[in-house]
Amino acid sequence: MAENSGITAEILEQTIRSKLEATYVSVVDNSGGCGQIFEAVIVSSQFEGKTSLAKSRLVNTTLKEEIAQIHAWSNKTYTPAQWEKLKEKEAGGA
Amino acid sequence: MSLFTRSLLRATTRQPFTPTTTRILPPTSFLARYLSDSTRAAIDNAVASSPVVLFMKGTPEFPQCGFSRASIQVLGLQGVDPQKFTAFNVLEDDELRQGIKEYSSWPTIPQLYVNKEFVGGCDILMSMHSSGELSELFEKAGVLAPSEESESTSSTSEAEKKDSTKTE
Repeated sequence: MAENSGITAEILEQTIRSKLEATYVSVVDNSGGCGQIFEAVIVSSQFEGKTSLAKSRLVNTTLKEEIAQIHAWSNKTYTPAQWEKLKEKEAGGA
Repeated sequence: MSLFTRSLLRATTRQPFTPTTTRILPPTSFLARYLSDSTRAAIDNAVASSPVVLFMKGTPEFPQCGFSRASIQVLGLQGVDPQKFTAFNVLEDDELRQGIKEYSSWPTIPQLYVNKEFVGGCDILMSMHSSGELSELFEKAGVLAPSEESESTSSTSEAEKKDSTKTE
């Protein structure tokens, strides 16, 4: 693996926003700066009607080149409706 | 039998892949790489080797990546029958490590297959575990370990306490 992939959380976030029309994106770099371990939360209406596998596949295909350059990639994907529900649940202290 | 081969998910890290010590390729080259028929056939065999197959980094006893470790733990919690489970250590074979990504169209490891069907990686396993989808899937696939109290979901049943072969 390369010492530094050159991929940053910002690059990933921008790509996700533009290509997946995401309404909410959070990309966290957990690599301590070497640019290899990322965790993403993505909310997009493009996920509507898809299974988790299909949602992740869509993200992985979209970010194929970027993911190939990093070591670890983790993503949680939600449709806007699922996201609202999750936030309500969190706000409710559940 | 050594202690390690009797643990919860036994180390059936089979090796149908011939060692490829002379063919270590830089990680960026796999995008342009052609998945050869022989690699594809070897992965076909690997996927079909057990009802539940995990491609992981390290072995069930010694996972070498947090995501692989978490996946093994979930399989253990779910009560997957060790007799119906095989793990492949991708770190032992670079051809497998790159090939499985292309084979599954999935960029990361671990990767779980159930009855030859790709289920997903660690994130998907975790979310399916907490939503209950995973136990449903395993139940349907008939891959759970038989237990005396089949209705019991308690992880600390008497049967399990007595079973010294379980290490987790």
